[in-house]
Amino acid sequence: MKFLATVIQRDILLATRRRGDWLTAQFFFVLVVSMFPLGIGPDPAVLRMIGPGVIWVAALLATLLSMSRLYADDHRDGTLEQMMLSPYSNIVLALGKSIAHWIINGIPLLVIAPLLGIQFGLAGKVLWILMLSLAIGTPILSLLGSIGAALTLGLRGGGVLITLLILPLYVPVLIFGAGAVEGTLAGIGAEANLSLLGAFLVLSLLLAPWVSATALKISLE
Amino acid sequence: MNLYRYASPSTFYPLAGRLAPWFFALAFILAVIGLYISFFVAPTDFQQGEGYRIIFIHVPAAWMSMFIYIVMAFWSAIGLAWNTRLSFIMARALAPTGAMFTFIALWTGAFWGKPMWGAWWVWDARLTSELILFFLYVGVMALQAAIDDPRRSDRAGALLNLVGVINVPIIYFSVKWWNTLHQGSSVSLTRAPSMAHIMLWGMLIMALAAWMYAIAVAFVRARSMLLERERQASWVRELPEGKA
Repeated sequence: MKFLATVIQRDILLATRRRGDWLTAQFFFVLVVSMFPLGIGPDPAVLRMIGPGVIWVAALLATLLSMSRLYADDHRDGTLEQMMLSPYSNIVLALGKSIAHWIINGIPLLVIAPLLGIQFGLAGKVLWILMLSLAIGTPILSLLGSIGAALTLGLRGGGVLITLLILPLYVPVLIFGAGAVEGTLAGIGAEANLSLLGAFLVLSLLLAPWVSATALKISLE
Repeated sequence: MNLYRYASPSTFYPLAGRLAPWFFALAFILAVIGLYISFFVAPTDFQQGEGYRIIFIHVPAAWMSMFIYIVMAFWSAIGLAWNTRLSFIMARALAPTGAMFTFIALWTGAFWGKPMWGAWWVWDARLTSELILFFLYVGVMALQAAIDDPRRSDRAGALLNLVGVINVPIIYFSVKWWNTLHQGSSVSLTRAPSMAHIMLWGMLIMALAAWMYAIAVAFVRARSMLLERERQASWVRELPEGKA
């Protein structure tokens, strides 16, 4: 438990010292979302319809953008190997890294998303559901992404490769997440989608750190 | 006879070499019979006309695309658990064939969809999950191609395969709840088939042909991978093709 806290604290500290890296992914998120009205046209009805999907897709891409660095920096200076050699569980290490990634990259997305939602003409309750769905969904993105980051550690073209590997696995999150918001818009309610998203979170919380730890071992041996 | 003996590359190599032509021959014969049934024996469908005959290619290809992914995951799990070289090679040898069948299923599906639904492509559950399956195949192959060290490449690919196989049902159901237009499965184990028996036979024979073809191709591919990897081993040097 103490190890978990240390891993998370260390990553957050590193992120606050290198603010430029950390902000890139957030601005990428805002930029991608802002491109859509320019490409599609400013019709409010259309924008309201595509808004939830666009914000969710941009969130997936922004998560993957920052994901390739999750283990890479520690791998380059040898810290990762030392942490793997330490007497603590590698699963806890992978879990801590994923949680830290979520705190650093996921929570800012949550905070920015309502502002972008307003640009797309979403309002009131829908915005809350958007935030809630992102709050449940983005930890899954961090957990699953860490598998890809561990598998592509130190490979040429790792950044693009991780997108190819992980994006198909993100499909259920995208469907349930955007579905919750669209369900609220359509008046069906969001409970079903949010519950499924929650179930998926529990499943990935159980399995993903374990798989990431195995992947790290494969990549480092 | 001890089957485990064939887990050793030096005994598997000649065995696969002997069996592969037989599987090719079987695939060829079955495909000829299957195609004959599907084009000349099977009656014209009263709703869909002659266009329905594409299912004799489409359905076996779709079955194989899913089945091969599961077989790959099976070999990956065995490889990761017991560290057997041959299992990884089998998983790897199957990947391109699986991707090919997925592609054929999508392509023939588009050809079928145009006259039947009036659209080449619709975002329906089965189509979409088949497309995502194709992405999963591509992902595994891309990952394995990007890693130079064969040991790491095998194991990383196997792990990704296992993650994929857990995800496939989740993806399938998520997409299913998301949108559905595809007609229900025409063949089911629990109820009487909703098609003429002769059509079913044509499809099953074509599926067997595809199966035999997949085995034959996987053997040939596994053999060349073995030669490449074990080129330093003494048993390869003693082979006529290893002396060159």
